[in-house]
Amino acid sequence: MSGVSVTKDAEDTVPTADLVVLSNVNKHFGALHVLQDIDLTIARGEVVVVIGPSGSGKSTLCRTINRLETVDSGSISIDGKPLPHEGKELARLRADVGMVFQSFNLFAHKTVLENVTLGQTKVRKADKKAAETKARALLDRVGVGAQADKYPAQLSGGQQQRVAIARALAMDPKVMLFDEPTSALDPEMINEVLEVMQQLARDGMTMVVVTHEMGFARSAANRVVFMADGKIVEEASPEEFFSNPRSDRAKDFLSKILHH
Amino acid sequence: MFDFLEGYDLLGAFWVTVQLTVLSGIGSLVLGTVLAAMRVSPVPLMRSFGTVYVNVVRNIPLTVIIVFSSLGLADVFGMTLGAADDFEAKYFRLAVFGLSAYTAAFVCEAVRSGINTVPVGQAEAARAIGLSFTQVLSNVVLPQAFRSVVGPLTNVLIALTKNTTVAAAIGVAEAALLMKEMIENEAQLVLISAIFAFGFVVLTLPTGLILGWVGKRVAVKR
Repeated sequence: MSGVSVTKDAEDTVPTADLVVLSNVNKHFGALHVLQDIDLTIARGEVVVVIGPSGSGKSTLCRTINRLETVDSGSISIDGKPLPHEGKELARLRADVGMVFQSFNLFAHKTVLENVTLGQTKVRKADKKAAETKARALLDRVGVGAQADKYPAQLSGGQQQRVAIARALAMDPKVMLFDEPTSALDPEMINEVLEVMQQLARDGMTMVVVTHEMGFARSAANRVVFMADGKIVEEASPEEFFSNPRSDRAKDFLSKILHH
Repeated sequence: MFDFLEGYDLLGAFWVTVQLTVLSGIGSLVLGTVLAAMRVSPVPLMRSFGTVYVNVVRNIPLTVIIVFSSLGLADVFGMTLGAADDFEAKYFRLAVFGLSAYTAAFVCEAVRSGINTVPVGQAEAARAIGLSFTQVLSNVVLPQAFRSVVGPLTNVLIALTKNTTVAAAIGVAEAALLMKEMIENEAQLVLISAIFAFGFVVLTLPTGLILGWVGKRVAVKR
């Protein structure tokens, strides 16, 4: 009896386990049906890696989660709240969802430090001193503390992407979205970014990662989502997916990328 | 040779030209930036207002706008801009109003072309950290847009400097009005024209050179 009630209390105090819920999401780009009846649930602390061939809709899926892309039908909710329409509410929600882009998108006219403090001061209304202290700590954490006063164009791709991760982390996001974070990087810079992401995953951050890095998917993912032609074709643990894919589409995809 | 200049306040007239230029420059920069923001805003009504404003105003001759400010706004509708009894101040202010309204259309289009040079990813990244539309514009997009259109804005400013001569049409005592008066009274037609041409070059040439240097300094490296 008492055991049951304790469990129930524990459940009440912990917020809902599902952080991001997409249900029956559809999206078209003109005649192209890029997202077809997508159902996906991401639990708190889970690392979900989305893989699939180019044009399968995985980047679009990632971008719908903070409504950089709108959807035609279906619903998306974050932490139990459905995505609001464009406006103040949506801005508030986006502050809780960190995003890292393929092309880094650091603010080109601001220094590295200013990139990381902008959101803190303008959105979180933190004072300048506190924001800078936090920014420097985050930059140290991703290993670019020495570059704080440089401009983005003076940094290598790998350094820029790590700054972009620090910029997103500065908002204390509930979930981090990575849209092909290493696809624009020179090969020797990929690992420095993946290591930061792996550390984040170990620290318990909820992450949605669209990537072509199968090594990262194997080592850091709790779950692999395989997309093709706008549909989620297969979802499985990484061990199961890479050693024993069920669908023909996934077998075909893996045979093309893993045999080098 | 320059005896005929005696009795004319050349510097005073050019000082009025400078005042017209600076005040209208500030006015058109503010209004033009607001119009550009409207033209890229997500609200359809604002977008159409910006588009209509630009296409109406830039296609009307400046003389018509200045004369309308004086005869229409001031005399018919009684808009005196806080100087009902002081004629000189009233027409000066109306001229600044007309010049700002006209030049804003060109500033708007220059700024809008600057906004188009800012990669869309910059605005996406700014939205992704939770900035509102106006915050995205004022903190990320416009600072980069302005840096890329210093050149085009310099052209607008030089054109504005020369356009201030139209204020003579409503009797503002700037350089062109003095020139007209001198041509009527003196025999040195070529010399008078040359002096006023030189005066405008003295104003605009340094503007172009300095802003050209500024444009290179502030350019955003990508």
